[in-house]
Amino acid sequence: MGFTWTIVALIVALGLTWRYLGSYMAAVFDGRVHFLGWVERPIYRALGTSPEHEQTWKRYAGSLIIFSGVSLGLTYLIFRIQGSLPLNPQHLGAVPPALSFNTAVSFLTNTNWQAYGGETTMSYFSQMTLVVQQFVSPAVGIVAALVLVRGFSRRNSSTIGNFWVDLTRCLFYILLPIAFIAGIIFVGQGAVETLAGTVSIHDALNGVTQTIARGPIGFMEPIKQLGTNGGGFLNQNGATPFENPTALTNWLSIYLILSIPFALTYTFGKMVGSIRHGATLLVAMLVIFGSFLAITSYAEHQGNPAVAAAGIVSQPTGNMEGKEVRFGDTASALYGVTSTNTSTGSIDTAYDSLNPMGGFSMLGGMMLGEVSPGGTGSGLYTILLMAIIAVFIGGLMIGRTPEYLGKRIQAKEIKLAGLGVLVMPLIVLILTGIAVSVHAGRIGPLNAGPHGFSEILYAFTSQANNNGSAFGGISANTPFYNVAGVIDLLVGRFGVMIPVLALGGALAAKQVVPAGLGTFRTDNTMFVGLVVGVIVVVGGLTFFPALALGPIVEQLSHGKFF
Amino acid sequence: MNESVPAGGRVATAVQVGAGSPTMAHGVAEARGLFDREILAQALGGSFKKLDPRVQVKNPVMFVVLVGTVITLIEALAHPGKFAWLITIWLFLTVIFANFAEAMAEGRGKAQADTLRKMRSETEARRLHPDGSESRVAAAELAKGDLVICEANDLIPSDGEITEGIASVDESAITGESAPVIRESGGDRSAVTGGTKVLSDRIVIQITAERGHTFLDRMIHLVEGANRQKTPNEIALTILLAVLTIVFLPVVVVLQPFGHFAGATVSVVILVSLLVCLIPTTIGALLSAIGIAGMDRLVQRNVLAMSGRAVEAAGDVQTLLLDKTGTITLGNRMASAFIPAAGHTEEELAEAAQLASLADETPEGRSIVVLAKDRFNIRERDLGTSRQFIPFSATTRMSGIDFDGRQIRKGAAESVRRWATELGGSVPAGLNQIVEQIARAGSTPLVVSDGPLILGVIELKDVVKQGIREKFDEMRQMGIRTIMITGDNALTAAAIAQEAGVDDYLAEATPEAKMALIKSEQEGGKLVAMTGDGTNDAPALAQADVGVAMNTGTTAAKEAGNMVDLDSNPTKLIDIVEIGKQLLITRGSLTTFSIANDIAKYFAIIPALFVATYPQLNTLNIMKLHSPQSAVLSAVIFNALVIVALIPLALRGVKFRAAGSAAILRRNVWIYGIGGVIAPFIFIKIIDLILTALHAY
Repeated sequence: MGFTWTIVALIVALGLTWRYLGSYMAAVFDGRVHFLGWVERPIYRALGTSPEHEQTWKRYAGSLIIFSGVSLGLTYLIFRIQGSLPLNPQHLGAVPPALSFNTAVSFLTNTNWQAYGGETTMSYFSQMTLVVQQFVSPAVGIVAALVLVRGFSRRNSSTIGNFWVDLTRCLFYILLPIAFIAGIIFVGQGAVETLAGTVSIHDALNGVTQTIARGPIGFMEPIKQLGTNGGGFLNQNGATPFENPTALTNWLSIYLILSIPFALTYTFGKMVGSIRHGATLLVAMLVIFGSFLAITSYAEHQGNPAVAAAGIVSQPTGNMEGKEVRFGDTASALYGVTSTNTSTGSIDTAYDSLNPMGGFSMLGGMMLGEVSPGGTGSGLYTILLMAIIAVFIGGLMIGRTPEYLGKRIQAKEIKLAGLGVLVMPLIVLILTGIAVSVHAGRIGPLNAGPHGFSEILYAFTSQANNNGSAFGGISANTPFYNVAGVIDLLVGRFGVMIPVLALGGALAAKQVVPAGLGTFRTDNTMFVGLVVGVIVVVGGLTFFPALALGPIVEQLSHGKFF
Repeated sequence: MNESVPAGGRVATAVQVGAGSPTMAHGVAEARGLFDREILAQALGGSFKKLDPRVQVKNPVMFVVLVGTVITLIEALAHPGKFAWLITIWLFLTVIFANFAEAMAEGRGKAQADTLRKMRSETEARRLHPDGSESRVAAAELAKGDLVICEANDLIPSDGEITEGIASVDESAITGESAPVIRESGGDRSAVTGGTKVLSDRIVIQITAERGHTFLDRMIHLVEGANRQKTPNEIALTILLAVLTIVFLPVVVVLQPFGHFAGATVSVVILVSLLVCLIPTTIGALLSAIGIAGMDRLVQRNVLAMSGRAVEAAGDVQTLLLDKTGTITLGNRMASAFIPAAGHTEEELAEAAQLASLADETPEGRSIVVLAKDRFNIRERDLGTSRQFIPFSATTRMSGIDFDGRQIRKGAAESVRRWATELGGSVPAGLNQIVEQIARAGSTPLVVSDGPLILGVIELKDVVKQGIREKFDEMRQMGIRTIMITGDNALTAAAIAQEAGVDDYLAEATPEAKMALIKSEQEGGKLVAMTGDGTNDAPALAQADVGVAMNTGTTAAKEAGNMVDLDSNPTKLIDIVEIGKQLLITRGSLTTFSIANDIAKYFAIIPALFVATYPQLNTLNIMKLHSPQSAVLSAVIFNALVIVALIPLALRGVKFRAAGSAAILRRNVWIYGIGGVIAPFIFIKIIDLILTALHAY
């Protein structure tokens, strides 16, 4: 499949998904889909709740935190005692405490930052525990976004839904069915799916014996992508044929990653009663996504300067260092941009070996707050925070108390939106600052100078944005990086999510101002420009100095900006 | 038929008190130039007084600049050098400029307050005791409920209601209107204001305000901005600016370790400069000045807003309730046509109508005389001594004249018809249709009869103010719905509403109906503005989000509303809405400008910061600034000077044009957004060239 056809097929498929998955999700969350009522009801009974039992935002947030705390504890426990648990054909011992905690937090936060090599650290049971997290963590992200959406769609309401009901519906009506169907395709294409242990093969040619890792991989793949998780079974993630066997699965991976984050904009539009508003956010996302794709594709199409310096001037296939020959430069660029712009963080390429501007683009996608289209749920709520800031500044400029979808944006809303936007850059910069200052941090990166700096910056940016991809080249499994990582992950996830829930609660309680001619339009090209402007300016201004010392200076060392 | 002509009587009797007509004369707000020398001098002093950290800490953005200045000062003292000193001086100037902007805005208010203070009478008052005796007490000792006597040339000691008598009062001290107004006990014209002067007659006033809480005291407080509270949008914006400041703090602070990791020594002075350039100092410095100046602009138009909140709400108003009379139409109906009954000529009718109106001093009456003169050149004549004018009375609902045996009457259709038939006349064919037609068109028919002979009908037209239709079109473009409030019946109201171009009307409006309308609009999430003057308007004024009370109105009305219009010109509501919008637009535009400026500053400072370690970063020096030092200094100087440059804009407000939101946004995004990105590139380059030319660097 040529690159053009890959793109065309992707656009068509995502367009249909946007429309139909989007409206299906709205129906699910409005409680209009019931075909799995027989699954739902016993769960609600067991939890002592029901769809009629609505929660205030505080109770909703409380439920979310309790749920997260319990699942974090269980995951940690399973890692620690995996040696005594079944499904451990390789007899792997307990995962060390710091690494266990880092990994548990990483999967809890939908990040899937992997400071471990999957096949050499985790038993099958532990891997399956991770898969459970890969289902529930995106679901938590989606329901958090849902609260914010309900904040706009409801009026004078003190409640914003029921966490347990929303979570259950999200899992059973949306994530599980899609992941199951896609899993069949993955396994059908040749992704490995077995509970048997590793196999040893004697390579007579080279005279060595290789141990080939296997496991229940095929059905982990779809949710890894669909839930914008990114954490693969194997260390090499989507670059290995066991996880990503064919061009079709590579395409399907990209499709799955983008499907829910994009479709949620339709869901948003549907639920607030204006598809146009959802489409406006979609376009804003596409503008940013498209720009990064263009930069990366162009950058990676150029030769690798290091290779050129070694005397190989002609590199007609672009920068192939660190890339799978199966995918080539542009498809890899697409995968990379998709993964870093969605908080997925799965890889099919070594980012460490990207050209500087390619690396810049990977970093940039995350630094803008993962909004294009971002993680499942988190992308929508983060872009909504940006939209609120854009509405505030734009609204003032037309002489009205700013309002978005009829809700006045006042001190409380700005405080919460500002907090949500502020948290990520703050934690990334502070932790990177600490890391480059202390010995434990400075020994982490493989490279010295700007590239080493990029590696550290990338690590913290990736974790705070719950992306989970690594630039590579950094030794992440050290006490310093494990602990700093946990802080980064938790603050980056819940430091944004809690203000989002509070914002949803505050907005839901508000009266709706009817729209008129004097209303600031939030569903047109101008607004797309404003939202993109706010995202780029806020992200750009906060990270420009750091980028200047990393990828930009690196690129300039090669003589030109592009 | 009679019901449709309710005004027939009112026409002839309405006593026109000389209510302050809208003029450009100002009592409170003497027109002062934007940079009045006296205010300028005071503001310069104020800029230094405001350096008090307790004052500064209220503005988080400028407080950071002040702290930064102290840091560079310490650095300059520890490692003396021209660069560190120049940066310190310019950072200090940045703080001073911000203080100056605020002091300028306050200075204008203070000057007005001083004028008002001089008026506050410290005179003695003649207190009337319940037993009828009088005693002289200091005005300061008067308590609420006391009775005082005022005679010609007395200053009214405090706010009160007239309980006895009628007087003409000079209120120019407050309204700037030199024509005296009539104040009398009972009704809606009984309120008097402390500090105004009685010109004639004697009145007894019951004091309604405690000392220190009079209208004048409140005015002084307001114009001075003594206890100015931040408005909701201002608070929200302050939070956003604080958020931006908090974000930039670590951005700059971590450059120290980042630089260290890269093997660079990072100058603290440059880091502080970068921080000051990045945080939104432009809007931070001008924010409070914009708010104060907004209130000041209202005062300039003789409107006193009791709170900044009300001014801001005015910008958000989506529904305007406007009284028909005085706002949409000229206060008075004017004769517009003579329509003769069958068998009579227009001239005949005009002549009789003029005769019947000769003694009628009401504007309506005068307009009949004028129309007759204009149309048929019928002049007023001397009717000898045998004439007898018949004044209007509520029972007859007619007025007219008896002379030479003729009895000419004009009045409500029903009354004149009955009168003529009683004299043996008959109602001409077609008269009823004429009367009905006129009523349907929203005008008032007056029937004229010469004895038993009914001659025809005078059409009194409610004249819609010139240009008001265009105003309403503008309002509509801004998304504001206008609703006309009138006591007229639905038929008349509909006709005038259509002519004036309002969106809706409330006919036969009672205070209850008005209140219900406001509430129903508010339940739909809309903000409502209205004007009113009567006591029965008070509940509605209190309920409306923006209630503008007329200064001629009752105390109850003035207390219920959140603004008082000293000119008592209801049309001003439209200006108030514009000022409210302008206030927000100015804030939003300068915020955008401030943030957009950062891009250029990065390109100036980041290469300068690290060029020693990474010479290749000089590629980012796209302005080709002379040296790292000159680049940083130019950015800091630009950052400081732009505050001064924008003070006039902050005080005057961004130009406001009534237009749809999309057009306003596009315009402001271009000017302040895109302009804000480009302008600093140009000016930083120019400053750098000047610095280089001066051999500063």
